Amino acid sequence: MRNIWTIARREYRHYFSSPIAYIVALLTLLSVGVYFVVIVYYLTNQSYYSNTAPGIDIVIGPMATVFLFATPALTMRLLADEQRMGTLELLLTTPIREGELIVGKWLGAFLFMVTVIAATLVFPVVLNKLTSPGIDQGAMISAYTAIILLTAVFLAIGTAMSSLFNNQFAAFFATLAILILFWWLIRMPTYIIQNTTINSIFNYLDLNNRFTNMLAGTMSLSDIVYPLSLTALGLFVSSLAVETRRWR
Amino acid sequence: MIRATGLTKDYGSRRAIENLTFEAKQGEVVGFLGPNGAGKTTTMRILTGYMPPTSGSAQVAGFDIISESIEVRRRVGYLPETVPLYPDMTVFEYLKFMADLRHLPDAEDMVDETLEMVQMGKRADGYISNLSKGMRQRIGLAQALLHKPEVLILDEPTIGLDPAQVVEFRNIVRDVGKERTVLLSTHILSEAQQLCDRVLIINKGRIVAEDTPENLQARLVGAEHVVLRIKGEADDLLPIVAKIEGVQNARLQPDGMVEFQFAPGTDVRPTVARAAITAGFDLLEFRPVGLSLEEIFLQLTQDDTRKER
Repeated sequence: MRNIWTIARREYRHYFSSPIAYIVALLTLLSVGVYFVVIVYYLTNQSYYSNTAPGIDIVIGPMATVFLFATPALTMRLLADEQRMGTLELLLTTPIREGELIVGKWLGAFLFMVTVIAATLVFPVVLNKLTSPGIDQGAMISAYTAIILLTAVFLAIGTAMSSLFNNQFAAFFATLAILILFWWLIRMPTYIIQNTTINSIFNYLDLNNRFTNMLAGTMSLSDIVYPLSLTALGLFVSSLAVETRRWR
Repeated sequence: MIRATGLTKDYGSRRAIENLTFEAKQGEVVGFLGPNGAGKTTTMRILTGYMPPTSGSAQVAGFDIISESIEVRRRVGYLPETVPLYPDMTVFEYLKFMADLRHLPDAEDMVDETLEMVQMGKRADGYISNLSKGMRQRIGLAQALLHKPEVLILDEPTIGLDPAQVVEFRNIVRDVGKERTVLLSTHILSEAQQLCDRVLIINKGRIVAEDTPENLQARLVGAEHVVLRIKGEADDLLPIVAKIEGVQNARLQPDGMVEFQFAPGTDVRPTVARAAITAGFDLLEFRPVGLSLEEIFLQLTQDDTRKER
């Protein structure tokens, strides 16, 4: 545990001296902010919409799209860079285990993203003032849980790719490809295939589907279990990749 | 203590080291001498637990490198050839990070103490990215010394240091080597001579010689080489030197010096000097030339091939 924390702390601090991290934070806050202002403007000034109160989904929804592209940029260097600088050799000759290294790295990135997500809490506060009788607290907690779980998955997949590739760009695009697969492409077969059993498998694996359920406040246990298992799988693959690196 | 038995490592179909067996005792500084690609780094990476051998085994500080890797890593200080540092950290932050990974009690004091040892105390708050190569090397060494390891493994530790720093560095290693086991690699013969109690010469993944530096040199240097320079053309001097009894293989060097050899025990240098002066030449330079590492390797690898036949 202590080793994980040591690694995570270094990683977390590193983000505050890295331009990519600031760009990610800026991009997130900017796009969520712009989207927020426009939606709120429409909902309050256009008579057509005036009966609809804006919900927390107008904050969390665009965040997911931004994270799809932003998290691979945060994770691409996690292990690829250690390999390039030779510091992986240093870390792997200290008395820490591969798993601790991986979880620590992931945790550092995760805590950074949680910090960025925490900064967006300003929007629900504003929203709460604008609407009467305020926003649904339950929906808000559910939506923030959803985005945090999603971030955990995205980062774990990114960590795995970074441990498999020595090249940061390869790690970035491989991560993006997998995220797009789980976010958009995985539901495509269901539009063609008529078999409901097969379709239910694709629907189960669809991250977007899980996320939408949670945003709508209709969260089931599997909506939480599925992203958690994907995260664990990503971290397991990363540890394995680092371990087999020794044997090459 | 390091004890390696039959270490072999293959990278795919290429054999990097073959059947290495050697020992390094406590209080001993052992040098790994060899050209690039001889297998020095591979051996060190195996001993530090970075990667396992294809076959063979080794004990470091009394623990098996494969089954007790973590215990080994606790007791080993390792400076890889690449001197891995994080440029975005300050010197202090970096060493504190390494100390935390090693669970050192009072980590900050240990960091300060080690920084004093490598004479980098004044740069503790400076960013690593602003340090010179020599300073980085010292920080790398500090990282390896931080936890007062029983075994210190240093891969080409003096590369990039200026002569004054090399001297400082030698003092540190000699100090540490008194109580602990030090294994260091180098391709500079004089360094191995000055630092090491024992030298292992490794070539193409095999140990081709193992001895104290003195013995090794005595064994290898079959004849002593001397060069002499005179004012003016040396063409006329050559026949005079060549005639002297005991002088072997006298020849003219491209830079106008005369080089010759003589067998150990029959020092012909005074005779040669006298003869040159008597013949009216102005003697400018007269010095022995050691065998270069290349020559020693040549000699050793030739021996090696001969034995195989």
